[in-house]
Amino acid sequence: MHPATTAHTASLWSRFWSHGSARVFFPVLLLLYLSALLAPFLAPYGEADQLLSKAYHPPALPVWKNGQLQVPRLVLTNKATREFRLDTQNPWAPVSLFAKGSPYQWLGFIPCDRHLFTTSPTERLYLLGADSYGRCVFSRLLYGSQVSLSIGLIGIAITTVLGMLLGGIAGYFGGWTDSLLMRVTEVLMSIPGLYLILALRAVFSKDLDSANIYLVMIVILSFIGWSGTARVIRGMALSLRERDFISASRALGQNPLIIITRHIWPNVFSYVIVSATLSVPGYILGEASLSFLGLGIQDPQSSWGLMLAQAQSIRVLVSFWWMLLPGLLISLSVMSFNFVGDALRDAVDPKLRLAR
Amino acid sequence: MNTTPPPLLDVRNLRISFRDGDRTTTAVDGISFRLQHGETLAIVGESGSGKSVTALSLTRLLPEPPANIESGQIFFNGTDLLALPPEKIRAYRGKKVAYIFQEPGSSLNPVFRIRTQIAEALRLHRPEVLDEEAECGRLLDLVGIRQPRTRLNDYPHQLSGGMQQRVMIAMALACQPSLLVADEPTTALDVTIQKQVMDLLKDLKKNLGMSFILITHNFGIVSGFADQIAVMYRGRIVEQGAAPQVLASPQHPYTRALMDCIPKLGRRQKRLTTIDHDNLTNTELAHP
Amino acid sequence: MSALPLLQVRDLCVHFPVRSGLLGRSVDTIRAVDGISFDIPRGTTVGLVGESGSGKTTTGRAILKLVPATSGSITFEGRDITTATPSAMRPLRRRMQIIFQDPFNSLNPRLPIFNIIGEALEIHFPELAKKDRRHRVAELLSKVGLKPEHMDRYPHEFSGGQRQRIGIARALAVQPEFIVCDEPVSALDVSVQAQIVNLLQDLQEEFGLTYLFIAHDLAVVEHISDHVLVMHSGTIVEAGTPEKIYGQPEHEYTRNLLASVPTLA
Ligand SMILES: Nc1ncnc2c1ncn2[C@@H]1O[C@H](COP(=O)(O)OP(=O)(O)O)[C@@H](O)[C@H]1O
Ligand SMILES: Nc1ncnc2c1ncn2[C@@H]1O[C@H](COP(=O)(O)OP(=O)(O)O)[C@@H](O)[C@H]1O
Ligand SMILES: [Mg+2]
Ligand SMILES: [Mg+2]
Repeated sequence: MHPATTAHTASLWSRFWSHGSARVFFPVLLLLYLSALLAPFLAPYGEADQLLSKAYHPPALPVWKNGQLQVPRLVLTNKATREFRLDTQNPWAPVSLFAKGSPYQWLGFIPCDRHLFTTSPTERLYLLGADSYGRCVFSRLLYGSQVSLSIGLIGIAITTVLGMLLGGIAGYFGGWTDSLLMRVTEVLMSIPGLYLILALRAVFSKDLDSANIYLVMIVILSFIGWSGTARVIRGMALSLRERDFISASRALGQNPLIIITRHIWPNVFSYVIVSATLSVPGYILGEASLSFLGLGIQDPQSSWGLMLAQAQSIRVLVSFWWMLLPGLLISLSVMSFNFVGDALRDAVDPKLRLAR
Repeated sequence: MNTTPPPLLDVRNLRISFRDGDRTTTAVDGISFRLQHGETLAIVGESGSGKSVTALSLTRLLPEPPANIESGQIFFNGTDLLALPPEKIRAYRGKKVAYIFQEPGSSLNPVFRIRTQIAEALRLHRPEVLDEEAECGRLLDLVGIRQPRTRLNDYPHQLSGGMQQRVMIAMALACQPSLLVADEPTTALDVTIQKQVMDLLKDLKKNLGMSFILITHNFGIVSGFADQIAVMYRGRIVEQGAAPQVLASPQHPYTRALMDCIPKLGRRQKRLTTIDHDNLTNTELAHP
Repeated sequence: MSALPLLQVRDLCVHFPVRSGLLGRSVDTIRAVDGISFDIPRGTTVGLVGESGSGKTTTGRAILKLVPATSGSITFEGRDITTATPSAMRPLRRRMQIIFQDPFNSLNPRLPIFNIIGEALEIHFPELAKKDRRHRVAELLSKVGLKPEHMDRYPHEFSGGQRQRIGIARALAVQPEFIVCDEPVSALDVSVQAQIVNLLQDLQEEFGLTYLFIAHDLAVVEHISDHVLVMHSGTIVEAGTPEKIYGQPEHEYTRNLLASVPTLA
């Protein structure tokens, strides 16, 4: 890379990093995505590993005791209120590090059965409590983050490419191509988001397996998302088209698609990055809404929206606070993307700050 | 016995540098010049020679940092502007020293009517004017815009480049400044419009008795307007003197080179004369 | 017997619709170019002069088919190209090129100079390997007075005059015969203007180029042209040799242009 570009990138980074919110929330995002990537390893149990006798088991922290990590063993005392007390005869269960546990396929194809920490299959370490089936909430949050966080990235990648292509075509060619594409985006943008999501979901069968539902959700959310990007790119392409360097390329007989990708895209790129970052929360919330309404990811797979749906009763709200943690994570990730996007916008174009 | 009043502007040994990371570049390198009341000074030089930096520094319009006024004094009617606190300097901007710039299009706010923009200048510096409408109309008339009352309703984009520059001049005149600094006022315009704008400035000079600083890279527009000429090259003034003398018998080779490169009508040359910078820097500037 | 001119323009009109209202109906037309005719003989420079808005740029762009002609004909080497399709134009694009007025708008700010000039080679000399392309770009840069090591820099690192040289190198890359120079010196200092005008003349001599040279300053046009066209409101009001235009201007508008030329006296 040329020194000038490196210098440019370096100053971009330093402007970004000098932003207080970037320093806090960028590491948060990195941490969230890193744990999603390593989820099956970090999780002590599989997302479907249930133990009905321990439903709504409260969170318990392991302690270092007799040269070994141990976790207090609780037994159920009241079936109706789900109260637990310490098992006085046999109060401690061992926790083993880097041990074999329930098998999983890392990244979907690497077979593996090591976990950072786990217990024997009959014991449980509930770092963040258990749900109504006695499944480990900590593990399910990790597995759920894979769905909730990846949908944002994949969705935004698809809509950005789609928006840049269609917006570039509309802006560069103008005329009827432009009119047609812009009318379509207007229709899409005039329908309130959630209704559109629900209407589109109705097109697909209700009982699909989780893998297919995942794809369906990406398709739906991307279908809604491209219009905003496309409209802005089109506006920028429209003004770039008048610039002489585009005319120069046309005068050379350059292929229009190459003009769009080589001359228009790089000049809108910083905008696109910022806008993409600021749009990811929409996808996270979209997935959460669908799953919350039972139209998205299905049990026993997990996602934050689905987990939140399982915490809907007053009783849960009052007695089992840990069931609300997925909501906290949704808020945290949405907030982080917004703050990081803001910092990025200020770093890319300090002038936009005034225009806000 | 009579004491002569101080000159309108007396700049002494002005030195301005820019800081970029750990590199410092000297943009203005110890220049001095004077401007008497009612006189016109033309500062001529190629782009990058430090003309705009000089002009902006007069009322401390340069962003500091990166700019740094290292040394010098700028006496305006006997007051050293560089020694004044910032809030006092503000009173000089617009009111005593007004500017017009190269790009009239980007100096006007596209979302306001012409009337609003002139009236704003009036309200800021001449609150005693009661009939703003009449004064705005008079100003547009002064700068040669026909049907001034109707034109007041226009937005900047409805005016041609030449008309926009006339509006900029009207806005500068609105404050009745004692010094008008025109930084390349015609560089973005056609030669035909350039001539009209220069003719307008000549009229204003004759009728209003104001002082002007005209900044340009083109010796061709100086004659008939400037009383004094200062030629700038790489942050220094290499030659200054009365306009007729400098134009008729330039002393410094750089001045001559700058005049020679203008194509002359009716005198077909095989090639245009260009400035041989390497030669200039080595010989002439080392021993001026 | 007179040889066939390289370029012939006959009754060229370019009208732009003025749209307004919700449906974008065309309510009026701007007659940017309104019936002009002229010839450009091979190896000569025809100067096109007029104030801004007179239709000079539109004329140049219509010749290169960057804007569609409304009526009239453009003939290149005896071949009517007015209605040529983009694919039929492609081989011709190698032979006619354009240099722009605004040095800050004519180079893609995101591309290094090698890619800017190399794009022309990529399209029209696809057989060149990257190494050969770098070699060619280096040659072109030296030809326009820049250094080969400049090719890895970005446009913002160059002055206005240097950018104009880069624009000229890009136009030269395809080895054209005809170049539309659309006010290539209007945005430059007089001292840099002289350098660029000299460069264009040297290149013309070396490669036998044919120019349509557009400017608003009659002094520059008179200097560089073999034949001058004076344009006003979309029409050509006067045409002739530089000597005639300067010596016996017939049209009021031409006299006005002559009076506007900046002079030292
Ligand atoms: N904001 C700035 N930051 C850094 N350097 C500057 C800045 N403004 C001007 N300069 C430097 O000062 C020198 C003189 O600039 P300027 O006065 O604008 O020239 P002119 O008006 O004669 O064309 C230039 O070489 C430029 O490098
Ligand atoms: N794409 C366009 N759409 C509408 N009007 C245009 C367009 N291009 C040029 N014009 C108009 O055509 C006229 C001539 O413009 P132009 O050829 O650029 O003049 P010049 O180059 O002589 O300054 C102007 O009135 C201008 O506003
Ligand atoms: Mg300047
Ligand atoms: Mg033009």
